[in-house]
Amino acid sequence: MTNQIHERIKANPKFQELCAKRSSFAWTLSAVMLIAYYAFVAVIAFFPASLGTPVSEGAITSVGIYVGLALIILSFVLTGIYVQKANGEFDALNKEILDEVK
Amino acid sequence: MKRFGTFSSVVAGLTTLGLSSAAFAAGAIDGAVQKQATNWTAIVMFVAFVLATLGITYWAASKTKSAKDFYAAGGGITGFQNGLAIAGDYMSAASFLGIAGLVFTAGFDGLIYSIGFLVGWPVILFLVAERLRNLGKYTFADVASYRLQQGPIRSLAASGTLVVVLLYLIAQMVGAGKLIQLLFGLDYGIAVGLVGVLMVGYVMFGGMLATTWVQIIKAVLLLSGATFMALMVMTHYGFSMEAMFKHATEVHSKGIKLMQPGGLVSDPVDAISLGLALMFGTAGLPHILMRFFTVSDAKEARKSVFYATGFIGYFYILTFIIGFGAIVLVLNHPEFMAADGKGIMGGSNMAAIHLAKAVGGDLFLGFISAVAFATILAVVSGLTLSGASAVSHDLYASVWRKGRASDADEIRVSKITTMVLGVLAIILGIAFEKQNIAFMVGLAFSIAASANFPVLFMSMFWKGLTTKGAFYGGFAGLISASVLVILGPTIWKDVMGHADALFPYKNPAIFSMTIAFAITYIVSKIDGSQTAKDEMEAFEAQYIRSQTGLGAEGASEH
Repeated sequence: MTNQIHERIKANPKFQELCAKRSSFAWTLSAVMLIAYYAFVAVIAFFPASLGTPVSEGAITSVGIYVGLALIILSFVLTGIYVQKANGEFDALNKEILDEVK
Repeated sequence: MKRFGTFSSVVAGLTTLGLSSAAFAAGAIDGAVQKQATNWTAIVMFVAFVLATLGITYWAASKTKSAKDFYAAGGGITGFQNGLAIAGDYMSAASFLGIAGLVFTAGFDGLIYSIGFLVGWPVILFLVAERLRNLGKYTFADVASYRLQQGPIRSLAASGTLVVVLLYLIAQMVGAGKLIQLLFGLDYGIAVGLVGVLMVGYVMFGGMLATTWVQIIKAVLLLSGATFMALMVMTHYGFSMEAMFKHATEVHSKGIKLMQPGGLVSDPVDAISLGLALMFGTAGLPHILMRFFTVSDAKEARKSVFYATGFIGYFYILTFIIGFGAIVLVLNHPEFMAADGKGIMGGSNMAAIHLAKAVGGDLFLGFISAVAFATILAVVSGLTLSGASAVSHDLYASVWRKGRASDADEIRVSKITTMVLGVLAIILGIAFEKQNIAFMVGLAFSIAASANFPVLFMSMFWKGLTTKGAFYGGFAGLISASVLVILGPTIWKDVMGHADALFPYKNPAIFSMTIAFAITYIVSKIDGSQTAKDEMEAFEAQYIRSQTGLGAEGASEH
């Protein structure tokens, strides 16, 4: 019984579509996060002075502060984007797949 | 300059202790501390917190009947509540006091740390959260052993869990003892005993439901308290960050260097290795992973991470402001300086506590002290529940009784384990009072990233994984992470007093994770047994369930 359901899900093009779409979306967002973070770490390790530059002539606040805050905000925004799409579009597709095998 | 001698030595100390130790500073307070006069406001507020949480435990106990209730709060926690509880688990007293203290001594470097702690969350959401929820029941071992042999994989997962939980527990207990001594003027032993007894109470009687609500209440209190402090600091400067930074750089010995990356992240290998440990360690912490089973489905699991990331990110922005607030409002103010003129009373990790008094007087100091204590209680409860479920659900019910244990038996074993862990935590807390425990949480993260994460990740993503591969790879990660930390500068040089470390890096994750993944891969590849073939065959069914949630655990009726 379970096997039959599995076979039917596997054969359903919507299932293939769901897996492909969701996985490429998830990996893309992961890549954005990883690249942003490790670029930040690399700049700290190799070019620390660049982050210490003031944001404008005569200012105290450094570029690094803004970059840091931007990374925090980016983390939150990326999770928001993913949840929006996964809980909407992907879950709707998922529901269709499950309804078809009921 | 003399006054600041202690700051540079603190920074030097942090650098040698290793990045990890500095940030987690789980011991929040290192070294001997002076017992303070009994602080009654703090005690009254703390007692109020304890009474409220005991009330919740009483209520939770009446709703906790089945194993599912005990381990996963019946699966009925909402995404928002779970997000708060996850944030509560993550915002330990160490990250509150430790990171505020780090910002207070080193400025920008504190922000580098906070970011490292945060960036793991989006990745957990994208790659792990929904598969974890769709496949698991109570522990991450459910997922890792889904299509593999129960015995070896659950033993491995339980070992990883218990090692991480114990290291974390010791760090929290010692930190708690010292903090309470400082804040409340109670004896170290009494403080540690009190924490142990309360956490056993919450977990034993209220299970996951009580633990979750303790986390939620504490997260709300901590976020409100920190918000108030940050607002008070910002009002001083008309909400201008620039004005605050200007003032801070004028009064701090580091001057404009507060705005620049300092010596904390200097070696590229160590920096990347730390980044790996923070990012993937989070995805291997058993007490965090367990939280994903408390929600009803993958949808709620995703929401949990969204809210948690928001709360944690917001919290780190607050601690950054609080650290700077302490530079301008605590540093150089005679009432907060140590008697010997060397830095502030209680060391840099007390910066946030002193700031509480500076902005809100004794009443608010009492509030923040009580919140710090509550924070420790909540974190140790989550840890204990996770350790107890590794023993009862993974070792007892699945390995020992081969899945034939009744719910009642399983819960009974879990409660006994909770008691044992409580007693153990108290004994270890007292035994480690005078030890340098700063490395422990860092080690816990490295082990989580090197033993738990690779097995969990490969089991979900790689069809070719076999029991043998996971077992040897997981233990290779566990052992290599531990050995490299012992041979590294943190223990070999700083704790054991040898002249030079045998292994040059403070953070082993880049090596131990590579070892774990490589051995898992190679052993799986050369495993030509029939079981291995069956396990690869079984991947498809697992994959369909992990993607669609078909057959996944739902929420219980009540």
